[in-house]
Amino acid sequence: MAGMLLAFKDYSPFRGFTESPWVGLKYFKLIFEDTEVIQVIWNTLQISFLQIIFAFPISIVLALMLNEIRHQIYKKLLQSIVYLPHFLSWVVVVGITVIFLRSEGLVNSFLVNFLNINPIPFLTDPAMFKPIVIFQVIWKESGWGTILFLAALSGISPQLYEAAVIDGASRLRQMWHITLPALKSTIVILLILRLGNVMDSGFEQIFLMLNPFNMESGNVLDTYVYFKGIQQANFSFATAVGLFKGVIGLILVVLANRLAKRFGEEGLY
Amino acid sequence: MFKLTGRERVMDIMNNVLLLIISLTMLFPFFYIFSVSFSSVSDVLNSEFLLWPKDWVTDAYSYILGSDQFIRSLWVTIYITVVGTFVNLVFTSTMAYGLTRNIIGQRVILFLVLFTVLFSAGMIPTYIIVKETGLLNSLWALIIPVAISPFNLIIMTQFFKGIPEELTEAALIDGATDIQIFSKIILPLSKPALAAFGLFYAVGHWNSYFSGVLYLNDPAKWPIQVILRQIVIVNEPNAALGGHAAMLEALPPPETVQMAAILLATLPILIVYPFLQKHFAKGVMLGSVKG
Repeated sequence: MAGMLLAFKDYSPFRGFTESPWVGLKYFKLIFEDTEVIQVIWNTLQISFLQIIFAFPISIVLALMLNEIRHQIYKKLLQSIVYLPHFLSWVVVVGITVIFLRSEGLVNSFLVNFLNINPIPFLTDPAMFKPIVIFQVIWKESGWGTILFLAALSGISPQLYEAAVIDGASRLRQMWHITLPALKSTIVILLILRLGNVMDSGFEQIFLMLNPFNMESGNVLDTYVYFKGIQQANFSFATAVGLFKGVIGLILVVLANRLAKRFGEEGLY
Repeated sequence: MFKLTGRERVMDIMNNVLLLIISLTMLFPFFYIFSVSFSSVSDVLNSEFLLWPKDWVTDAYSYILGSDQFIRSLWVTIYITVVGTFVNLVFTSTMAYGLTRNIIGQRVILFLVLFTVLFSAGMIPTYIIVKETGLLNSLWALIIPVAISPFNLIIMTQFFKGIPEELTEAALIDGATDIQIFSKIILPLSKPALAAFGLFYAVGHWNSYFSGVLYLNDPAKWPIQVILRQIVIVNEPNAALGGHAAMLEALPPPETVQMAAILLATLPILIVYPFLQKHFAKGVMLGSVKG
């Protein structure tokens, strides 16, 4: 933790931590003068919110779908399969992506041979970066994301459904009036946690997906800190960016928690 | 069982079919990679679409397993996984036990732990600390900074608190020390939980890529994920495998080498996965008990 004092100092590796002079808020001012940082923050927020909009609801839908399966062994089997990608490393997932999407890969040879269209440079086109990253997250994590929802679903008393059936409710009505309200508090808590992390967007994944061609649309705060701090040895500036990111994240968690409490949910703390 | 109306039966079938398609999308990459990794040169060059190898060729595998660099990185990863997981379990469980006892400053410590979950200054301060403590370029740099996951620590503390207090009180009356209570009562009772945490930690070590890049300069110490990136993503299989290619008459096609490397590096995960299955739902459920 003490390391974050670096942000207020002019750190140089030769002078060491204690000997480097204090410079106050110099590096924080630099953050807001740097147009690259603005672009990087914008990329980070875009990727995070696209994830919340697309990847988050998919877990809920998947959990609802799995919950409708009556055959228990089949359900277990499906669960095992959709959880599996969560345990793969990002190197493997990005590796698979590269193998499928590169110019001579499966997808492009399909496009060329069957649809007779030109190959798409998925891996180097800046416009493709965000959709691919979101798709990877959906593929890898949406199955795993169902666990907490499924747990909440199994806690619903069957009597509620029986009563609804007697009242003549269809399965969709049951889902709307019984199942979704039962998931509400789980959804709220997970959303708060996710909001607290909007400034993170999966470092290893993005780092592995980046190349010189898609840098402008793919560089996020974490990777920026790495390139600035470690590769260019600009330690103090990179720490200031990291610290800035941490403070925003903390503020967001506190705000989201307040909001949840206002809506009558328990919140995180 | 309720009777389904016609419309609901259609929905049920659609649901089943859709889920089947989803799970096939999850499995398809593995089938494809598996079959290409065993395919012969001509099949790959004709870029025929293969879902099952025509003739089983194991050249790619013998090529990879003949590479010193690959084997060395496998050993490095095994070492980090075994030692790292042991360190994780020792530190997490002892600290979690400490937090269940009424010691002075317990709330302060718990708050500090929670704070690190919500707030961190990021990569550079951690890097500087690793550097100034002389851990740079040592395998311990991949173990010590991640010795305790705050998230797991909180869950484990909750779990220990769930153990009936009567047991520890009885032991105290019999004159047991804290260490005896911990090792003779708490640990044996939490074996299933420890197994779950251990598996999660181990998978984390096996899959960790970036700390290897950040802290290790010496290629001889690189863990398997770093080598895998060179082989597949950077697309330089022969260089990454240490260039022992000269000894061979013909190189297996790079595609098959890449796919075989992915499978070899994922194999341990696929092997422990059935065992994980039993534990992980439990592990996650432990976490959902709020404190």
